[in-house]
Amino acid sequence: MRSPAGGEPPSITRGKARRGERVIVNVLFICAVLSVAVTVGIVAVLLVDTVSFFSDSSLVGFLTGTVWAPGQGAGEGGLYGMLPLLNGTLMIGVGSIVVALPLGLLTAIYLSEYAGPRVRGVLKPTLETLAGIPTVIVGFFALQFITPDLLRPIFGDDRVFIFNAAAGSIAVGLMILPIIASISEDAMRAVPSSLREAAFGLGASKRQVSLRVVVPAALSGISASVILAFSRAVGETMAVTIAAGNSPKMTWNYFESIQTLTASIAQTVRGEVAAGTVRYDALFALGMTLFLMTLVMNLISARIVRRYRQVYS
Amino acid sequence: MTASADVLAPSRLRRGATRTGAKIFVDVAFSVLLFMGTIVGVIALATLIWTIFDNGWERLVADPAGFLTSYVSRLPARAGIRAALVGSAYLMVLTALFCFPIGVGAAIYLEEFAPRNRVTNFVEANIANLAGVPSVVYGLLGLGVFARFLRMGPSLLAGALTLAVMSLPVIIVAAREAIRAVPDGIRLGAYALGATKWQTVRRQVLPAAMPGTLTGTILALSRAIGETAPLLVIGLPIVIFTLPNDLRDPVSALPLLIFDWTSRPQPAFAAAAAAASIILLALLLAMNAVAIFLRNRYTIRW
Amino acid sequence: MTEGRTKVSQDEGQRQDQRETRITDVVKDRGVEDHGPTEAVFRLADVHVHYGSFLALRGVNLEINKNEITAFIGPSGCGKSTLIRCLNRMNDLIPGAKVEGKIEYHGQDLYGDGVDPVEVRRRIGMVFQKPNPFPKSIYDNVAFGPKVIGMQPGSMDELVERSLRAAALWDEVKDKLKQNALAMSGGQQQRLCIARAIAVSPDVILMDEPCSSLDPMSTGRIEDLMEELKRDYTIVIVTHNMQQAARVSDRTAFFTAEATPGTGDRTGLLVEFDDTDTLFTQPADRRTEAYVTGRFG
Repeated sequence: MRSPAGGEPPSITRGKARRGERVIVNVLFICAVLSVAVTVGIVAVLLVDTVSFFSDSSLVGFLTGTVWAPGQGAGEGGLYGMLPLLNGTLMIGVGSIVVALPLGLLTAIYLSEYAGPRVRGVLKPTLETLAGIPTVIVGFFALQFITPDLLRPIFGDDRVFIFNAAAGSIAVGLMILPIIASISEDAMRAVPSSLREAAFGLGASKRQVSLRVVVPAALSGISASVILAFSRAVGETMAVTIAAGNSPKMTWNYFESIQTLTASIAQTVRGEVAAGTVRYDALFALGMTLFLMTLVMNLISARIVRRYRQVYS
Repeated sequence: MTASADVLAPSRLRRGATRTGAKIFVDVAFSVLLFMGTIVGVIALATLIWTIFDNGWERLVADPAGFLTSYVSRLPARAGIRAALVGSAYLMVLTALFCFPIGVGAAIYLEEFAPRNRVTNFVEANIANLAGVPSVVYGLLGLGVFARFLRMGPSLLAGALTLAVMSLPVIIVAAREAIRAVPDGIRLGAYALGATKWQTVRRQVLPAAMPGTLTGTILALSRAIGETAPLLVIGLPIVIFTLPNDLRDPVSALPLLIFDWTSRPQPAFAAAAAAASIILLALLLAMNAVAIFLRNRYTIRW
Repeated sequence: MTEGRTKVSQDEGQRQDQRETRITDVVKDRGVEDHGPTEAVFRLADVHVHYGSFLALRGVNLEINKNEITAFIGPSGCGKSTLIRCLNRMNDLIPGAKVEGKIEYHGQDLYGDGVDPVEVRRRIGMVFQKPNPFPKSIYDNVAFGPKVIGMQPGSMDELVERSLRAAALWDEVKDKLKQNALAMSGGQQQRLCIARAIAVSPDVILMDEPCSSLDPMSTGRIEDLMEELKRDYTIVIVTHNMQQAARVSDRTAFFTAEATPGTGDRTGLLVEFDDTDTLFTQPADRRTEAYVTGRFG
């Protein structure tokens, strides 16, 4: 293992050109930038047809109209007020949060503050499994169990429609429950144990520590999880389409059938829709609405997480 | 003062000294409430699985071979998932082919090569946003760009590209985490030997990050398989009697079929939908099991 | 063998006497070796290092000679690791790191135009404080370096064996070359890292506190190893352990940190650089004396 031969100093100038590496790094860069191309694609495709839509149908009518009744045939002469759809979406959104927030929070507190490792070892995979159930199957569950075997027996056959917003809310609520539970639990676990110890040291019970120390300290993470979950509920399509029906209307009765923004898109494409018609363009107007709604909510959620992460780091 | 001294005397350390019965009750009731709240989720999952099996098991075991190998039919007793199952399989493979290399490539770039500047931050923020876009909007992307603009039509290619694009952010996040988990000492050791950055990444970092990356990819793909909305919007057929031979051939998918059958009023179709759901769940279970196996067996314990 | 002379000043305490004596015993035991004509591998002239706006090290002038062990000693935070990382351009990897002054390697400017850090590191290897074997087999760890730098050894098996022998590890692992390196003990892992560095036939081996995470037994083995290695390589070692420097090194550089007027940053600087014997027994600077006699640091 001798050093390189005697008198000649080892050369340290650039040896064989490693141009191949530069090519590779460029390829990798392109892969990363492709994600930007995707966003551009989404925005472009939504924008083009939304603009086309508003050239045939009034924007004001879209934003304030209370009837959604796409025209038949060539797509002319329909009413395109999206408020009933927005109404439906919000009903599902709020309803699913009503289901998922208490359950998710209780689960998170339990997992973070009370449960031992063995229980966690069972519960966490269960939550992950729940999150992994495809939405069509959850929709089937809503239609075949939640409505006939849960809602109707309790509230009466005459009150509860076959397709109703409550079943949709419960179904979506089950799907977003893991989001709230998991992110809230992470937020609670991130609360420094010194805070808990201080409270315990003063003689507080576990309940008091959980509710008065941990939950308030983790509030930003919990809020972020709720907004994220709501965003997910807004974007949810299949379970809602199957369970909540396809009747766009302005109502607050959860036992009636409604239609969400997403379900409207799904229903429309099931039929024949010719490109270039108002009905076709309407799809993209709805898509744009959804995109903007979820974008805003995701940004708010991320901002909350960022702002309050510094508090404990 | 005497009163409180009395209350806090050491002899009164037993339960009930300062915490009155009411307070203790509340504490206990709270624990019970927590447990019940948690259990609801478990019960819901169990009920869901039970509902699926209750509705579909008989249909499935009555004629499993027929169910798996028949095409769709107007008669629920004769309907099968052949086209849908094969279609889903093709879609999954093709989707993986598209999004794995690009996702891992993007992750490598962002973790190992990207300079800390505004462009990088923008790309990262962009990826985070894409992860939150509803699947139906990805469907619209697929419809407008792949099916119409690029004239792929409702084909295997369009479907796979759409699912790939949808899965990309998830894979990038998973791969980045796996790469980040590789200790820096490994990189330093390699550089100190005179390895270039790419040699270090390719021969040390990436192999070490592969188990985590693969696990994340499989989980992302298992989510993609269960997605209906994007494929529905692109216009993939439900009624189809051929298997795809070509990328441009139309293809069906299992969740699409489940959706269609669920939407039909006849109870026999409900049974068929449930039976198909069992198959889909089995598929997902298998994929998740593989992912977990990979993670447990091959993750490096530093 | 030359007698080491203890320097006793009137106001030193008993304890310090003993400590000094111990050092000088160490130095005495080693004796003075005849190197023959010395050739400088590195020449440092007025080297400063900034991390961003923070001046970490200033005004370093010294030479590292061929086939010698040069030690950098001093309290924490005085730039020893910073300096050693300059010698193989590992500081390039830290964003905001800036090296000024001249570092000559065999007469060439190490930071000159056209100098490729990758080529530099092929000739100047490094062993780190915490052993960092790759999560691969012992064999693959040693073979990695030659493979990536494009060496075409006649037989890789022989190269691996020679490297492991030179690192005094061969006998312990010869039956389990395929075993994962992470399964070895800390001391073995560090010797593996040394074997790995040797496998690429470097000119210089830099060691940044190589023994600080090891037990005394392993430390001793590696110190013995260094004695053998210096026959073929030039070695620079950063160490917190004065006795270790006294035991193994031929020349020693003592660093300290002082506040820079105006900023309040503590900047490292070279206090004294001399033959090890001299530095420990007859230090020229008060600060050196204070350190080696244990009054601080």
